[in-house]
Amino acid sequence: MNKLKKKISTAKKKWEAIENNKEPIIYIGAASCGRAAGALELISETEKYIKENNITAKIIQVGCIGPCYLEPLVDIKMPGQPRVSYSNVNVRLLSNVLKSHFLEGVPFSKAAIGNFGGTSFKDIPPFYDLPMLKPQVRIVLRNCGLIDPEDIDQYLAKDGYQGLMNALKMSPDDVIGIVRQAGIRGRGGAGFPTFKKWTACRNAPGEQKYLICNADEGDPGAFMNRSLIESDPHAVLEGMLIAGYSIGASKGIVYIRAEYPLAIERLITAIKQMKEYGLLGKNILGSAFSFDIAIKEGAGAFVCGEETALIASIEGKRGMPRSRPPFPAISGLFGCPTIINNVETLGTLPNILRNGAEWYNRFGKEGNRGTKTFSLVGKIRRTGLIEVQLGTTLREIIFDIGGGVQKPFKAIQTGGPSGGCLSEEFLDLAVDYESLASAGSIMGSGGLIIMDEDTCVVDVAKYFLDFTQKESCGKCIPCRVGTRHMVEILERITHGEGSPEDLLTLRTLGDTIKKGSLCGLGQTAPNPVLTTLRYFRNEYLEHIRDGRCRAIVCKDLIEYRVIKEKCTGCQSCVKACPTGAISGPRSEPHNLDKTKCIKCRSCYEVCRFEAIAGDAIVIRTAEKRS
Amino acid sequence: MPEAIEVIFEKYQRKPDQLIPILQNVQRELGYIAPESVRRISRYLRISENQIFGVSSFYAQFRFTAPGRHSIKVCLGTACHVKGGATLLEMLERELGIGCGESTPDRRFDLERVACLGCCALSPVVQIDADIYSRMTVNKLSELLKQYE
Repeated sequence: MNKLKKKISTAKKKWEAIENNKEPIIYIGAASCGRAAGALELISETEKYIKENNITAKIIQVGCIGPCYLEPLVDIKMPGQPRVSYSNVNVRLLSNVLKSHFLEGVPFSKAAIGNFGGTSFKDIPPFYDLPMLKPQVRIVLRNCGLIDPEDIDQYLAKDGYQGLMNALKMSPDDVIGIVRQAGIRGRGGAGFPTFKKWTACRNAPGEQKYLICNADEGDPGAFMNRSLIESDPHAVLEGMLIAGYSIGASKGIVYIRAEYPLAIERLITAIKQMKEYGLLGKNILGSAFSFDIAIKEGAGAFVCGEETALIASIEGKRGMPRSRPPFPAISGLFGCPTIINNVETLGTLPNILRNGAEWYNRFGKEGNRGTKTFSLVGKIRRTGLIEVQLGTTLREIIFDIGGGVQKPFKAIQTGGPSGGCLSEEFLDLAVDYESLASAGSIMGSGGLIIMDEDTCVVDVAKYFLDFTQKESCGKCIPCRVGTRHMVEILERITHGEGSPEDLLTLRTLGDTIKKGSLCGLGQTAPNPVLTTLRYFRNEYLEHIRDGRCRAIVCKDLIEYRVIKEKCTGCQSCVKACPTGAISGPRSEPHNLDKTKCIKCRSCYEVCRFEAIAGDAIVIRTAEKRS
Repeated sequence: MPEAIEVIFEKYQRKPDQLIPILQNVQRELGYIAPESVRRISRYLRISENQIFGVSSFYAQFRFTAPGRHSIKVCLGTACHVKGGATLLEMLERELGIGCGESTPDRRFDLERVACLGCCALSPVVQIDADIYSRMTVNKLSELLKQYE
């Protein structure tokens, strides 16, 4: 432990040198999301600029701070000045920003969105006062975007591994006691009290026990775990050590999606550093606790988020769930007692052990303690990764943090494909495990998808069902066959060929699947359909009765048209149309042959963004069939 | 191929739980899981070819035909779906004349749909080889394809 203390004091000194930097530091958010927005190009441009102008400056690649709609983010910290943040940076803006800082010595205020030094700049607000960040409580995400995820020293300087040191001074039972007092529940979705699982595993007989970190974030529309691992991998790994110590495990496995190559790379780097610092291996920090961590790449199966399926997958089998009991805590991987915790649960543990259970109890509400991260996506102004106290209302999340919707709000899907679609009347619902369940939805792992009036709920329900149907492992007949039937019915409805009886059939099928399936996938798969049937019945009826899709989404129920008065005959759409459905001489309004049109959207996009007329092509609901 | 696959085996113990990591490595090195590879893995791990095929066909990651020079992955996660990912996929299927899981006859492209690339805030996204392109439209994508030979 003394060896680590020395490392910590060096790390703190290193961090101070960054805080009171003598040479400029340029931070570039380069998690997967930043990279998709062009962060890597910015890094090479910055390097070029530094070299060409003979500047000594340091570039630090940081993770994701959360507001993805502002990506890519570049921060600059000049000596003696606080860090200033710039958003939606492209090559041109970057060069302006760099020039302003390096040649003129002042921030490029016009484009700066925030600074990390409080009120030091009159015209640049403090970063954490931005409307998206102010209502948040950042515990798990506290380091994300601020530290270099590939430098263990920066994590140490931010009191990293303090929680582990505290834990190792206590008996495992005392650690479990603290976790119990803190009241944290599994963040993977089900919300089972973490301490209960741990106690069962701790008391289970067996020489070999395993701890598995579930990073198989399969929910389409969720990226909390990816972001956390890419931005602060040591927080998750420290959590694994604390959990492993408590349950008496000597082996840890991170089961992570192969689709997350950067997260895997960062984990590998972090594990290597831990070994160098004596934080993995035999007798960690001089204690009797020995622990090793291996990485297993998932091979792409949504059902492997389920505990027993995940175990089967690690054992090299088809990822199919089995019936419980015995629970994995008693008999899991290779028949040994096994605990599977979600990435976020593990990432929270170091904070609880560092600051105590009482501190953690200050957040959230009775029975739902602490914070939860959510990925906020869909038709919302400010998309990104957020962390709020449990009990925050949906309205606060969507309108205060997310900045609301551009077009009128229609629905919010919580809990990914297994969750429910909630209508406007639920906006004041508190986000906690019980309230969401009472509305027919679930907390899930934390994907929030916001829909506006341009989203067709029938189409969305079909999309989710189609997803779960494809991902069903096929073991339970209600799930395998039932979901397929439901998709077929929904397809009929979106083609305008449904009948009113279909709605009853959907409900019966849904209820049966929920009751007759072994694992969480089947038990929750019908939720999107059941909730939309409950809260948006009219839209189903419109599709069935009137052959009308009010959101103008369902292809068979819409048509493309050229507004003759607006069309300038610029020929852009004629060139773009892949089937030759649009014709007409230059400078005269064009004709659109509906029988040839495949509704591919090419002409619509061209007309919106490149053509002279601008909006002469419209998509609208098809004329009522007789 | 025989040598390449033997080199892969050296890194793994002869245990059934090593099957998926071996399959992943074989696919990384050789591009896909060929029948010959399955035969060799079967001999190495001493489990039946049927079982190997059963496991590998269960997971979405594994492909059984040779990939193209460039791999296109269209994200059809929730956020991308809401923002029109399916239209992008249809456009690709039409322009390339292939379906998901297939390669063009000239082996220039192969096409796949994925559930989520985790860049939901920048949807809709398309991945070509290692690069992720965000906020895609039908026309931007069609231009983009020209960059790949």
